Amino acid sequence: MASIVDVRINGRGGQGAVTASRLLAEAAIIEGQYVHAFPNFGPERAGAPVTSFSRISPEPFTEKIEVYNPDIVVVIDSSLLGDVQIAEGLKPGGIIICNYEGKLESLKHYFEGVDSKIYKISGTRIAREELGINKPNMIMLGALLKVVQIVKLESLIKVTKERFKGVIGEKNTKAIRRAYNEVE
Amino acid sequence: MIEPIVKGMTGDEAVAWAAKQINPDVIAAYPITPQTIIVERFSDYVNDGLVDTSYIPVESEHSAMSACVGASATGARVFTATASAGLALMYEILYVASGMRLPIVLAVANRAFSAPINIHGECTDQMVCRDASWISLFGESAQEAYDETIMSFKIGENPEVMLPTMFGIEGFIVTHALERVDTLPDKTVKEFLGDRRVIPACCTFNPFAVGTFGSLVLQDNYMELKRQQEEAMQKAYHVTKNVMAEFSEISGRDYEIIEKYNLEDADYAFVSYGATAGNAKAVVDRLREKGEKVGSLKIRLYRPYPVSDIYEALKGIKAVSILDRSATFGSPATIAQNDLAAALYGKKDVPTLHGYINGLGGRVLLLPEIEQVYEQSKKYHEEGKALTQDWIGYRR
Repeated sequence: MASIVDVRINGRGGQGAVTASRLLAEAAIIEGQYVHAFPNFGPERAGAPVTSFSRISPEPFTEKIEVYNPDIVVVIDSSLLGDVQIAEGLKPGGIIICNYEGKLESLKHYFEGVDSKIYKISGTRIAREELGINKPNMIMLGALLKVVQIVKLESLIKVTKERFKGVIGEKNTKAIRRAYNEVE
Repeated sequence: MIEPIVKGMTGDEAVAWAAKQINPDVIAAYPITPQTIIVERFSDYVNDGLVDTSYIPVESEHSAMSACVGASATGARVFTATASAGLALMYEILYVASGMRLPIVLAVANRAFSAPINIHGECTDQMVCRDASWISLFGESAQEAYDETIMSFKIGENPEVMLPTMFGIEGFIVTHALERVDTLPDKTVKEFLGDRRVIPACCTFNPFAVGTFGSLVLQDNYMELKRQQEEAMQKAYHVTKNVMAEFSEISGRDYEIIEKYNLEDADYAFVSYGATAGNAKAVVDRLREKGEKVGSLKIRLYRPYPVSDIYEALKGIKAVSILDRSATFGSPATIAQNDLAAALYGKKDVPTLHGYINGLGGRVLLLPEIEQVYEQSKKYHEEGKALTQDWIGYRR
């Protein structure tokens, strides 16, 4: 069981949290891993807080259950920090990766007393510069894969290019690589 | 075994992909909540010219199944999908399909009934159709959803059977969740199924051949025709076994009408169907690590009910916990427990049976709760209780 990694993506409706959890899982599949990836099903609306999950394991597993205790939490939108319990259910020593423009030290204030490792990436800035729009979902995965290599960066890029054909795929690839190098 | 083509697909997408490979002659469906992504994806395939299927968008599920009946009676290979209230609205025509011996295949995204309004996973919708003379299968995963789509046609279309088949996958946790699916090449699927074999002689589009379907049959012959359906159902048991064995060979995946997990030396067991069985197996692993002698039995073929297989699998076990993700009210036992009790009654060395209604309307039954179920059943057994029924995982 220890080989299973549970990733929760916290975002807002319309930011691509569901797409991100799906593409992370698809990247794992092309590496021969096993997955169960799904959104938290509720009344989704643009801008409302949403969560999406990817359960990934190199070994087959049979459990079909929602993720309550993630190993990793990825936060697509820093405005969620005051609104929702980002660290809710996070396993002790778990990882939080946040799209955050400020300093890492100030991000850590949000998680005082939480047994976790905190990382940040200026996802929105990278998205604006590389994509021209505020869609940092794939960028956050680039950052994630630098912190924990649950799938290979090249696998993620492959599925990203399949999903987003042409110039959008190229731009996302560049943004993913940049996030991979800039996460702190 | 044929080398698989690995894909990432949701349960719904896996069914749609299998249907695309099968390329049925007709699909009729009503596209409203709660429909499934199955027919939505399939409509893309039709639009993109990837299939030859006639896609009939109708005005209700009652009409969807009626259109399927008409199409199947002409000898066409027919597929449709629905869920929850949609299946309930089909109910009248389910009996027409089976009574006319039409091997329609129906994918069910198992979801709760209203009221209150709910669109989430539970299997009551399919369970209440168990007496409709449809072959009934449950799938645990997107992989089984894909595989059962293909097998269902082969079972129902067998000349010895000629009955419609439904298979269910649970709403959201299977239908909308992405998993790895090992698919077969198009050619393999086509070869496995072949063409539909029995086509009524009067339905070959020969203007001189005329026949009547679904005609009036009263006290004189009605019961004989119903008895033929029962005999077909008995044959479906053997045909399903054979089809699964054949499919196991080409796919390399081990298919049986029931799935036995760690039952050989078990004192206790879980019995379940659908996605719940995956969780039961995970709990079996946990309990085995603690030294508990426990196993899991998954019922894949629910109708015809595999009486002797289940008896052989559970013989000698002390107590069984039935994880039943279906609702029944004022019943002597839970739905799956009722069938299991009847299958084992009066036989030797049978377990005590403890039914647990759970997971209604998408409620999640956590793995620790399944462990509690196990402890509770052990306790009931020690207290000498042979048949108990509980609801679990709700606020009191």
